[in-house]
Amino acid sequence: MQQINVQGMQAEALNQMIRTSKEREFRLCGVNGQRYIGCGLKGYSITIEGTAGNATGALNDGSKIVVHGNVQDQAGDTMNGGSIIVTGSAGDALGYAMRGGEILVGGSVGYRCGIHMKAYQERQPLIVIGGTAGSFLGEYQAGGTIVVLGMHASSPLVGPCCARGMYGGTIFLAGDKPQDLPDKVLHRDATSEDMERLSSLIEPYCQLFRLDKTSLLAHHFSVLVPNSSNPYRQLYTYA
Amino acid sequence: MTGEEGFLEGREHIPSGCAISGLIDRSGRRFSGDAAIRSISVMHDRSNGLGGGFAGYGIYPEYKDFYAFHLFFYSTDAKKQTEAYLDEYYDVINLSKIPVTRTKAITDEPLIWRYFVAPSPTKLAESQLDEQEFVVRSAIHINSTIKGAYLFSSGKNMGVFKAVGYPEDVGRFYRLDEYEGYCWTAHGRYPTNTPGWWGGSHPFALLDTTVVHNGEISSYDANRRAIEMFGYRCTLSTDTEVITYMLDYLHRRKGLSFKETAQILAAPFWFEIEHMPEKEKKLATYLRTTYSSFLVTGPFSILIGFTGGLMALNDRLKLRSLVSGSKGPMTYFASEEAAIRAVEPDVENLTAPRGGEPVVVRVEGM
Repeated sequence: MQQINVQGMQAEALNQMIRTSKEREFRLCGVNGQRYIGCGLKGYSITIEGTAGNATGALNDGSKIVVHGNVQDQAGDTMNGGSIIVTGSAGDALGYAMRGGEILVGGSVGYRCGIHMKAYQERQPLIVIGGTAGSFLGEYQAGGTIVVLGMHASSPLVGPCCARGMYGGTIFLAGDKPQDLPDKVLHRDATSEDMERLSSLIEPYCQLFRLDKTSLLAHHFSVLVPNSSNPYRQLYTYA
Repeated sequence: MTGEEGFLEGREHIPSGCAISGLIDRSGRRFSGDAAIRSISVMHDRSNGLGGGFAGYGIYPEYKDFYAFHLFFYSTDAKKQTEAYLDEYYDVINLSKIPVTRTKAITDEPLIWRYFVAPSPTKLAESQLDEQEFVVRSAIHINSTIKGAYLFSSGKNMGVFKAVGYPEDVGRFYRLDEYEGYCWTAHGRYPTNTPGWWGGSHPFALLDTTVVHNGEISSYDANRRAIEMFGYRCTLSTDTEVITYMLDYLHRRKGLSFKETAQILAAPFWFEIEHMPEKEKKLATYLRTTYSSFLVTGPFSILIGFTGGLMALNDRLKLRSLVSGSKGPMTYFASEEAAIRAVEPDVENLTAPRGGEPVVVRVEGM
């Protein structure tokens, strides 16, 4: 494992260093806003100490990225596989157009988390959020699963416009139906089948953050899925 | 590039980003501009070297009763004409070149001058205007009629410093570590739609109100047509300028609070207004209807500096990032958390203001 103190280093130099090294395991200390760490990499393991910059793990193709701290905007953008683990909170557009792998966040996330995430056969992306989510959670969601656990919540579980334009995938919310849910999206209280699925989905999350799964699952959960009997016929904002 | 050719929105197109940062000490303690430079420099990659700038508040205590005019001149003739104008309408208390340190990173600078002035009492009386309106009209007059002269800072006990270059280079060029203020805003530019030039860098200022902006205003032309009806002239060839004039009109001339002004620029959606309690609904409906042409659409995060305070505002859909935090008497705003941590690694209360939610911070007792 290569340990690098990256304080004051420009993002380009840092990423070049990682790409040209023979090493596949890195521990980066003193990170403060450097962008594109772990971008497009396969088979790497990168631990980040500090505030990870924009587009951390974008196009991640099967690497494990662990952030001890917060991550800024657009982490996991179009990620294809692997995992991103964030102990703190994440900025806007986390998991933007993500199509594989998993993102596990200890804290809360900003606006537009999981916007246009998608799934295909064995590629089933997953985002688990320990805290709350900002507006437009799962906007245009086409596949995959988003779970919002709402632990230690001081703000609403999700902001306005949750699941706007959603046409695939599933959202689990540890709470009631969002008030402004569009009629293109169906809400149901989690069934025992849903809870079984949720239980296996959050298993790694609970192990990682040392959480008691039973007490988490004791909460009331809502499930959001697209309403296939009321599909989009024109722009989603007008229907 | 002098801006003389008038690269208005729509005539040129360059694809885009931007970085903003703001620091304020609520206790009024003054601190060096170096902190603003360190903060904005972390976001180097957000700009492309075509513009950087700073606004500092409380930096001229020895001249606090005089308007500090900062001017770019692209010819000695422009300087002569402007000085003739100032001699006629103002008492000039002090004038000098703004001190700079030449570096290879900042080139092609115009003449950069600073004048501490007070409106001539007889001219002010003749004009039948209040002092601030008198100064605003002078600013519009200089910028729209004197070829090659740009008045880019016109407030009391504050100043704007801007140039073409990366913001950290601009800050060192103007030797901002030698100034102390209780509030600083900073901007790194990646010009959208128009070429970068000195006057088009941020902050934009009128009197003591300054704006730094990350985004792109899709309502620019509608806003420009609306504000030009009230005597303002958009001469700096970029979209952010219009926000500065709308703020001046709504806050200073119409007497609306900064929060009300924010409710006009980033008005709540009608479906949100519908669900408001009766009293709020009435006000929101009044503001949206009365000032509909002042609605700013498109992505933006802005920091508005004014004497004794700072306001942060996002567009309603939050299409640009903005983070805030605090530590002791300091409050910070920036496009990225990293820019706050660069100056305060142990920042507390980190949060992202919601879209359309104005955050106003004031210095105690000001």
